[in-house]
Amino acid sequence: MTDYTRSTAAEIAAAIASGETTSVAVTQAHLDRIASVDSAVHAFLEVDAEGALAAARAVDDAFAAGQSLGPLAGVPIAVKDVVVTKGLTTTAGSKILQGWVPPYDATLVTRLRAAGMPILGKTNMDEFAMGSSTEHSAYGPTHNPWDLERIPGGSGGGSSAAVAAFEAPLAIGTDTGGSIRQPAAVTGTVGTKPTYGGVSRYGLIALASSLDQAGPCTRSVLDAALLHAVIGGHDVMDSTSIDAPVPPVVEAATRADVSGMKIGVIKEISGEGFQPGIKKLFDQSVQLLVDRGAEVVEVSCPSFEKGLAAYYLILPSEASSNLAKFDAMRYGLRVGPEGVDSPSAEQVMAATRDAGFGDEVKRRIILGTYALSAGYYDAYYGQAQKVRTLIARDFERAFEQADVLVTPTAPTTAFKLGEKLDDPMAMYLNDVATIPANLAGVPGMSLPNGLADEDGLPSGFQILAPAAKDERLYEVGAALEAALLAQWGGPILDKAPALAGKAGM
Amino acid sequence: MSALSRDEVAHVAMLARIQLSDAELDKLAAQLDQIVGFVATVGEIAADDIPPMSHPLPLVNVTRADEVRPSLTADAALAAAPHAQAGRFAVPRILDEE
Repeated sequence: MTDYTRSTAAEIAAAIASGETTSVAVTQAHLDRIASVDSAVHAFLEVDAEGALAAARAVDDAFAAGQSLGPLAGVPIAVKDVVVTKGLTTTAGSKILQGWVPPYDATLVTRLRAAGMPILGKTNMDEFAMGSSTEHSAYGPTHNPWDLERIPGGSGGGSSAAVAAFEAPLAIGTDTGGSIRQPAAVTGTVGTKPTYGGVSRYGLIALASSLDQAGPCTRSVLDAALLHAVIGGHDVMDSTSIDAPVPPVVEAATRADVSGMKIGVIKEISGEGFQPGIKKLFDQSVQLLVDRGAEVVEVSCPSFEKGLAAYYLILPSEASSNLAKFDAMRYGLRVGPEGVDSPSAEQVMAATRDAGFGDEVKRRIILGTYALSAGYYDAYYGQAQKVRTLIARDFERAFEQADVLVTPTAPTTAFKLGEKLDDPMAMYLNDVATIPANLAGVPGMSLPNGLADEDGLPSGFQILAPAAKDERLYEVGAALEAALLAQWGGPILDKAPALAGKAGM
Repeated sequence: MSALSRDEVAHVAMLARIQLSDAELDKLAAQLDQIVGFVATVGEIAADDIPPMSHPLPLVNVTRADEVRPSLTADAALAAAPHAQAGRFAVPRILDEE
């Protein structure tokens, strides 16, 4: 009997459509898998077995009635907890929203439901998507399925870990500075950040509105393309949604042809200073693309050097504004200050925000408030916005020389839980390669490109494309994936030691 | 310019409406001083003639026809409210009678 938890979403969809299995059977298999391993992984904050099975039954009934359904009909999916889901608890990983049940769906969730995709539950994340390790969740960390003592990346570690642990074939993540791509890199999965505005942000609890972008977390490039096609496209409910058709991502993933394509290696992020095993795998992956007919050119993006600093001004500034609404008056928790008989509104707000927010959120709100305060605005926020312009210009020049740009996704493999928790600067450096794409709004993808020599843990290969040219990510990603699968003889996740021997494997 | 004192952190935390204990303040002040020192390096780029970029898209106001469309019912909107009374959100009084 086929174990559909090991199949790709495309394979599952084909099996359901052909009558070989049912959505109920596949959904139940994933719920069983969650029950078996999630106590160790903690990828989920909430599992909705009843809702998922009801949606699966509806798909099976529709197929039985001869209806024509979408390409992922019946395939279950997990959704990051920063995306609001009607009737299903949504907390953004924060105590301040504990127990909140939204009365509406995010647009991307509406599209998942319309596509006949049962929602398995909500995945763990760093509080309000602030973090690079999923250790900043108010509900405890997620563990990397490759080594349960290590981080799964962040902030979307729950979504990537769910996919890597075979608890869900697909998941939704959000990427503000790399929160889809960086977890994908350290869990051996595929993660795509579409062009800014390519997927509606309506119903996403905002972290930094000019940077946030939802996208797919999957185990194959084709699955990412199929999911991108379901959730992408214009939405009148989001004023930042691009009014254009979804790029032809599925066709590109199917074509997987890089012959004649120019691949730009970014001089400033080409692996120097990265973990040696990651640098070696990056160079090997570039060579694989050359072997398939691509031409490599070196490009320079000198302003990227200041990208991290600019990001850590822009993000906290936007976050301090976006999170102001969690003030005990309008949204979320309300806590009275201790020892005060008739507290003022300000005292209630301050006590509530102290009790409801974790350390990383407080750090960033205070940093953002400082950067936006009188006397510092021009030197910090204003200057960071100018760096953003320079980074966008660097991308423009680089894309005149190359069709896509490539870098290693993250400087190291997954580090140990707790290792960088008290050193925020060290944590922030994990995002050095992913942040420029968010600042400029261009799309990016990370796919696994091997296991680092020094620790046997997954490494990620990042592909960046010009805005609205998302199909190039899929064309190059699928070509590299095919070359790597031929080398490995099967999916890299089959080599994950922490998963071997677990119940249900 | 990058030095950030404990008193400044306390002042900014007050502006941000976040009450911090002394222990939290000690820890955060040291970390924020280091972070501010790092982010201040954006000032090293000479960009006097560079226009600031606040957003990756050229934003324009989006308007739509002023027409009635389906929306949340009062019950749905109140479903997650901590307190409700007579079909409205009930909130604690924060102003004195005077």
